[in-house]
Amino acid sequence: MRLTSLRRTLLAAALGIGLATPALAAERELLNSSYDIARELFSAINPEFITHWQAENGEEVEIQQSHGGSSAQARAILQGLRADVVTYNQVTDVQVLADAGLVAEDWQQQLPNNASPYYSTTAFLVRKDNPKGIESWDDLVEEGVQIVFPNPKTSGNGRYTYLAAWGFADQEYGGDEERVHDFMRTFLRNVAVFDTGGRGATTSFIERGIGDVLISFESEVNNIRQEYGSDDYEVIVPPVSILAEFPVAVVESNAERNGNQDLAQAYLEYLYSEEAQRMLAGFNYRVHHEAVVEEFAENFPATELLTVEEIGGSWDEVMDTHFGSGGLLDQLQRR
Amino acid sequence: MQRIGDAPAVRRLLITAAVLLAALFLLLPLVAIFAQAFARGVDVFWANITNTYTLAAIQLTLVIAVLTIPVCLVFGVALAWLVTRFRFPGRRILQTLIDIPFAVSPVVAGLVYLLLYGRTGWLGSWLDGHDIQLMFAWPGILMVTIFVTCPFVARELIPLMQAQGSREEEAAVTLGAPGWTIFRRVTLPNIRWALLYGVILTNARAVGEFGAVSVVSGAIRGQTNTLPLHLEQLYQDYNTVGAFASASLLALIALLTLVAKASLEWRAARREDHA
Amino acid sequence: MSTRSFAIGLGSTPKRVLPGFGLSLGISLTFVSLMLLLPMTGLFGQLAGLSLAEYWTIITNDRVVASYVVTIGAAAVAAIVNAAFGLLLAWVLVRYEFPGKRLLDALMDLPFALPTAVAGITLATLYASNGWMGRLLEPLGLQVAYTWVGIALAMAFTSIPFVVRTVQPVLEDMPHEMDEAALTLGASDITGFRRVILPHLWPALVTGTGLAFVRSLGEFGAIIFIAGNMPYETEITALMIFVRLQEYDYAGASAIASVVLFASLALLLVINIWQGRFIKRLHGGHG
Repeated sequence: MRLTSLRRTLLAAALGIGLATPALAAERELLNSSYDIARELFSAINPEFITHWQAENGEEVEIQQSHGGSSAQARAILQGLRADVVTYNQVTDVQVLADAGLVAEDWQQQLPNNASPYYSTTAFLVRKDNPKGIESWDDLVEEGVQIVFPNPKTSGNGRYTYLAAWGFADQEYGGDEERVHDFMRTFLRNVAVFDTGGRGATTSFIERGIGDVLISFESEVNNIRQEYGSDDYEVIVPPVSILAEFPVAVVESNAERNGNQDLAQAYLEYLYSEEAQRMLAGFNYRVHHEAVVEEFAENFPATELLTVEEIGGSWDEVMDTHFGSGGLLDQLQRR
Repeated sequence: MQRIGDAPAVRRLLITAAVLLAALFLLLPLVAIFAQAFARGVDVFWANITNTYTLAAIQLTLVIAVLTIPVCLVFGVALAWLVTRFRFPGRRILQTLIDIPFAVSPVVAGLVYLLLYGRTGWLGSWLDGHDIQLMFAWPGILMVTIFVTCPFVARELIPLMQAQGSREEEAAVTLGAPGWTIFRRVTLPNIRWALLYGVILTNARAVGEFGAVSVVSGAIRGQTNTLPLHLEQLYQDYNTVGAFASASLLALIALLTLVAKASLEWRAARREDHA
Repeated sequence: MSTRSFAIGLGSTPKRVLPGFGLSLGISLTFVSLMLLLPMTGLFGQLAGLSLAEYWTIITNDRVVASYVVTIGAAAVAAIVNAAFGLLLAWVLVRYEFPGKRLLDALMDLPFALPTAVAGITLATLYASNGWMGRLLEPLGLQVAYTWVGIALAMAFTSIPFVVRTVQPVLEDMPHEMDEAALTLGASDITGFRRVILPHLWPALVTGTGLAFVRSLGEFGAIIFIAGNMPYETEITALMIFVRLQEYDYAGASAIASVVLFASLALLLVINIWQGRFIKRLHGGHG
């Protein structure tokens, strides 16, 4: 009969929902909203933290992960995603939350090193034996060099690359605006493909064989080289580059609502522990813990790291003058 | 009986061209999906499919599809009945309005829901005050899925019901049959194949929707990741085999859809021949 | 008993003899208002915050205009290619019997059934310079991935069923006498096709091509992987909306989205009206 089959369908649907909604377990859940390429990283760190928390407090907790483009992730929280903590790759995306009152105003003072437990810089991945002889930024504006990096409009990673190139040119030409603009124009013209995110750029470079050089976070290019064969690619860290901080913060209103304040704070503090810092260094991020820094010293060549503030004032100014609609990036790309 | 294009040479040429083009253009991508999924053997494929997060994504995707279909069905039938059986002012506008989901880019579809039901939206802030969360949870995913899939059933039914006209139903009314009986005994048998076809299309789209869902999902692994979102994340994680393994599941659903549809058409054609 | 012969003139019955007007109107209006129109208010709420001049500046930004050109150009090419390809497929499927015909017929719906994200990564994999197709085409000097050809290809892939499925039924219903008459009068296949069959198929072909075109305007998932996304060259309008979203510029995103929305809706309305006329004419022709 019709009705019975309908009833069966409804029952199945109801059951399905029951299964799909997280089981109402007694244990607390913490949601970490993070950037795209940190999935493996936090998949490694979370179990360690859970063990650590259990040993300290005798409580079993669960950590949920949400990953996406850092800006899209922040937007989701603004619109109501109930993440307890954020671990992003760009200061502005945390600042947006602070401006909306979801994160403490002085969040950068609440944890050491500007609330950035680890950092990285922008580096190059070139093909075997570096056929185009790329060592620094000025080699990228040579005729016939094809560059791959994600779109600065859609990706924080791409913004760091753009700013690093700008910082280099600014230093090289002693602040001569016209020459800096010329440099950047050529640099942008040499881009072979503008993927929307870092991983898309990697796919274009590795799997599709596009371009002579991939520019991404140092951590990322090292991971790629490990993943795809250290014989086929080389990592080049330019003598001058940018300091890329990875800011973290507690989303207070959400943590409060979820009753997770202590857990959220402890989770972020854990990222500064020796254990976590060693894991971070294992994922090729630069860290602050002295013992770990020494241990991994040879993996991270010394290089001059310019801060965003040195390059363009503050993040707010940089976003306005460079990346906003009609900003410098738009002007430099105009033909 | 000679018809245009019946000459053997023309025939052969056209068939070859069509088959070749279709194979290159349509079949090859399908083959590529499965080739990539099994690139590292069945074991790796299986390990990727039975991964906890993949299973959770499959489950969520199926639940969303199962919930979407009845809603679209009721709406589609009601709307088709309305615009094909009655004349009233605004009929044409209503018919065009249901095409909105076709005209709106899926990302924008997600955005409009977010702007309304998100924390800063006027409905969303009220909901938030009452601790009701729609966005970044399964209800939000369900809502945008319904949005993007709702035209399919109606679009299938309207031309058919228009063509069939309402004489049979009118006869039934004259005989004094109650409304519900008329629908079940007279209308339903006439439209059931189109209805099923609409459901199949709805299901295919509901299972595969990416753009709109990605905006409202929040991408919490194991909780609000649908299969297409999960696939994209695997792709981003350099797990090409995993991504294509998920893609092959979706392609499999697509293939089942095609088979179901083809057999429906075949049965319908046979019925017509017998009738 | 053929149900088709009922069609003529019945829709215009003025009296409401049939039951269910209130119920179906209620369900339809509730649904349309709640699920379709209410969310749209969010879009227009954003637009209301813009002055006309601001709105104009956003939608005529030269990079956005370049993206219209790319999108419309590629969609037009895709639609034209699909018109030819779709016509061929519909013709072969209706007029000829051959082994594997059912398979070919079923395959036509694949682009609708296959999620666009899957189509996107698959096409990008196939047509990249080291993919199965790319390896063959690149030596011939045809680069598909990361050029506008790739965009047109992805659009053509996602919209081919529209043409096939609109032309097919009309071709099926076409009376035998029509082309027989042409041939008896001594016309060649080509003239016969051009003079007799094409005029008959024309409305359906235009409708299908139009739907394919509209679909291509809004497509994002399938294109983004293969487009290359270079400013002024391979940026599609859907990407510009996406970029505005990344900048938290909801108003800007809504403004550009509204352009696509209005263009698509206007086209769909035209197609709906055209289709209505066409059905009337068709039934008037051989009732």
